[in-house]
This record gives sequence, structure tokens and C-alpha cells, in this order.
Amino acid sequence: MSPATSGPARSGPATSGPARSAPVPSGPVPPGPVLSVQNLSVRFRMRGGRRIAAVTDASFELGPGECLALIGESGCGKSVLASALLGLLPGNARTDGRALLGDLDLLTAGERTLARTVRGRRIGLVPQSPSAHLTPVRTVRSQLEETVRELTGVRKAGLRAAAEAAAERAAFPATHLDRHPHQLSGGLAQRAATALALVGDAPLLLADEPTTGLDRELVDRTVDELRRHADAGRALLMITHDLAAARRIADRVAVMYAGRIVEISAAPAFFGEPGPRHPYARALLDALPERAFTPIPGVPPELGDLPPGCAFAARCTRASDRCGTLPATADGVACHHPEETSRA
Amino acid sequence: MLELSGITAGYDPRRPVVRGVSLTIAPGRSVGLLGPSGCGKSTLARVAALLHRPDSGTVVVDGDPVRGARHRATREQRTAFGVVFQQPRLAADPRMRLTDLIAEPLRATGRRAEAAAAVAALAERVGLSGELLRRRPHEVSDGQLQRACLARALVLRPRWLICDEMTAMLDASTTAALVAVVEDYRAGSGAGLLAVGHDRVLLDRWCDETVHWDELRAEKSPSGV
Ligand code: SF4
Repeated sequence: MSPATSGPARSGPATSGPARSAPVPSGPVPPGPVLSVQNLSVRFRMRGGRRIAAVTDASFELGPGECLALIGESGCGKSVLASALLGLLPGNARTDGRALLGDLDLLTAGERTLARTVRGRRIGLVPQSPSAHLTPVRTVRSQLEETVRELTGVRKAGLRAAAEAAAERAAFPATHLDRHPHQLSGGLAQRAATALALVGDAPLLLADEPTTGLDRELVDRTVDELRRHADAGRALLMITHDLAAARRIADRVAVMYAGRIVEISAAPAFFGEPGPRHPYARALLDALPERAFTPIPGVPPELGDLPPGCAFAARCTRASDRCGTLPATADGVACHHPEETSRA
Repeated sequence: MLELSGITAGYDPRRPVVRGVSLTIAPGRSVGLLGPSGCGKSTLARVAALLHRPDSGTVVVDGDPVRGARHRATREQRTAFGVVFQQPRLAADPRMRLTDLIAEPLRATGRRAEAAAAVAALAERVGLSGELLRRRPHEVSDGQLQRACLARALVLRPRWLICDEMTAMLDASTTAALVAVVEDYRAGSGAGLLAVGHDRVLLDRWCDETVHWDELRAEKSPSGV
């Protein structure tokens, strides 16, 4: 059966990688978050004065060794949020709030700082389409060596060994290092891209739809490997529309709808009992083919034309008059009538 | 009946990605074809949709043998198919507004006059509102664009639908919504379906039967008859 119906949220990954030796979650409270996002908003100014509210008032924290899955449908703002963290927003974007990586605010840091000290070094990016991220005309080895040289300052003599060690960290086989990207299967290309993301030993890994287009088996292997890197002490933010992948490795789940995070919950409670508390999140899980397979009626509102109250109201079965005003976030849920989930 | 027999196909005749595959789908039936990426199932889907000419083997559509792919097949045969691919951005002309995208098959077959009414009806069916229809592909999300691509595939009222990883990039709700549109159309039209994918849970839930690529290669045809 699929992990989305039956698997425990974080059963032991079936990879051949090293066993989790030092389980992070059960230890004493870790030293403070790796990433702290506070009231992050992103607005785009379009031609004709149209304003797009791509992300509104997003807040969450992410600690070392922790995996947070950010889920939602395409166009809900989750990729924009990732771009904001990386300083890769287009020129017509304006941001508000803070995104603290240690004591550096990613939203106000200059491009120079981001390029030199953040991307690759403090945030490792596991890209959506690895083949687009790898340079087609060069072997994996040469790309790894160059990245190692750039990010770690290892000199010529040590490069070869350092690149091989980097490949091994991402379970990329040394036998394939001299291949070009097009000679790799989808799974190996993904590992090559992950190896590049890991070179800088960044404390935060950002995986943007890392499993799009992969077979279920490959999805499982890819996310299990990401989980391993979290278990090694990194913070992992995985942006995905794949609920089974999120269930498999996430500690917590953040659900985004129309630019807002509408629920943040512990993954086992979210995917198992008692289930999501926000009506949209509930309906999203019910749309899975292993559950009711019923679509949510209607479509999300346009981010350029959001209603004043709850953006889900037009599609929500629990909506009342109160929903014409914006619900505040309480206990991780932004809803006037959240699902009662008598949890201790 | 859609009958593919002994199909060998690929892009380099020396290295076919599909070898001697047979598959039969009875009228009105739906078959899910399951297989890992890169196995050749998408190539077979293109052969089934008459978009790719096989190196050998035969395709018979509703009793009528196909003589070639694309323009060589008769118009009657070509327009019997509606096709939806995995990546809507690769399948949509970036310069076209969604409304023109949906109407394109009508224009290409000289039925421009029907476009307005057909697009309006289909847009509602797939959940696209008036304002979205005036946008171009880069102004809408993947999910919205795939909705338009599905509407385009239905606009000629095909007898056969070929969905190649139609929902692989979509969230759970949009997936369920597009499958519901397909099934609603099939219920009203009696069209048959070949749905290619890698998600067994989805195909099992969606289709009358699911066959694995490996079973086809053993030249076993599903019993969709
Ligand atoms: S605030 Fe109201 S409309 Fe919005 S999700 Fe909750 S119940 Fe539904």
C-alpha cells in the first residue's frame, strides 16, 4: 500500500545509507532555529498597476535536524516563498517581514552577500529539475570539483578526493562520476544535483519540488536521502505538492493556500489521527486517490484579486458569516471554524 | 476498439524504446498503463494517439487500419483522439490566449464558427473562469494551464482519450478534478481511455484495469475487450 494511506509517517527509510545514529528529535531542545520566517509577505507589481499578493504574512521556524514540508497546489505561493529566501525574486517584487538565517535577514541582505555567503554556503538548493541544474557539457566530476573549489577553497591536490567524498554523501556512485548529465537516469541526476547542494555543508537545505516527475520508488529513495541529511543535523525545507513524499519524511507540515500558511501541524497528527484541522487541508487529503478522490469544488481565488476575508470561503463547507473577516492564526491554524480535534 | 499490435517504435531505428508491444482497448473502456519513467510508455502513448509512426506493427482504430502518423492518417482518424501530456508548458503555444488554445483544434479543422460556444461550455467544465481565458500560458499556473489543455483535448469530442502522465505535476485536488472531468466526459460520450502513469494508486482508482509495462512486453494483451 502507498505510504500515504498506511505507512507510519517516518518509518525507517529503506535506503542502504548509514542508519540514523544520533536521532536528533529526542535530544534536548536544540540551540535555536536555523531559519526563522516572520510575517513574510511578497507582492508583485504588474503592468497596469495590478498587484499580486503571492505570499502574505507567512511565519514559521525550522530547527536543525528538522524537516518541514510546505505543501499546496501550484500557484499557491510556495515557490515564491522559496525564491524570497534565496533572494531570487524578480525586480517587480516587494517583500515585507523578516527571514532570519542565524542573524542575517535574507530579505534585506544585498545580492553580493547572498551570492557570496548564502546560496550554496548557508542554503543548499536541491532543485526541481536536476537536469536543468547540471551543466550539460561537463561531467559530474568536473562540476563537483569546481563547486568544491569555489565553496570550500580546497586546492588542486585535494580536489579529486573532496569531490568523490561529496558524491558519496549524496549516494552518487563513484563509477558514474565521469558521465555527462544526459547519460544519467533521473534518479542519479537528482543525486548529482543533491551532491552539489551539499558541497557547501549548508545548515539549511531547501528542496523545491525535488520529486516532480519521478516514479514512486524513486520519490521514496530521493526523499529518504533528504531525510538522512536532516538527520545529520541540517534543517530541511521541502516544498512539494506530493503528499505521500511529505508524509514519508516530514516532522511538520505547513499548508499554503492563496499565499497564506493556513495550517502548521505535526506530520503524524496531520496525516494520521486526528487529521488536519483546517478545512482546506482536510479537503486536500480527501482528494487523494487512496482516500475519497473527490476534488475540492471550484478553484482558488486569483492572487491579484483576493477576497477581504478567508480566501477559502467560496469553496468551504464550514463557511459562515464570520468568514468574511480574515481568521487569525491560533495554535497553528488560520480558521474561524477549525475541525475539532480533541487533542491532549 | 483501439488495437495496437506488435508495435516497435522509437527515435532511432537501431535502438527502439518500444519492442513488439500489443495493447487492445475495447470501446468505452479505460486502461491504465503503469511503468517506470523512461520505459517507453510515453512513446507507445504517442503511437496510440497517431502522433508517432511506429517502425513496425499496426494500429487499428475502430476497425480502420492507420496508414501513417500525423498527416498521413485520415482526418477522421486523427480527430478521433484527444491527447493530454504531462507538461502543459511544453504542450501549449506560449503566445496563445487560453481561449484560443482550447479552440485551436476547431480552427485547424475549419470549424471556427463553433469555437465560441464550445470554449465557453468546456471552460466551465474544466473550471476556468472568463478572465483566465484571456490570459496567456505564462500568466497562469501549471494547474490552470493543464485544465486548458484538457479542454483542448475534448473540444473535438474525441472517441479516444490518451492521457500521458496528465496529473504528474499537479496537486491532489487538481488531479481529482481533472480525472473527474475526463470521467464525466467519458460517461456522456462513451469514449475510451488510455491513461499512462507511474502512480499505481491513482491508475487503479481511475481506470477499469491497470496493466504494467512489463506485462505488455511479454506480449500479453489486457482483457479490456
Ligand atoms: S475561516 Fe471559514 S471559510 Fe475559511 S476555512 Fe475556516 S471555516 Fe472555512
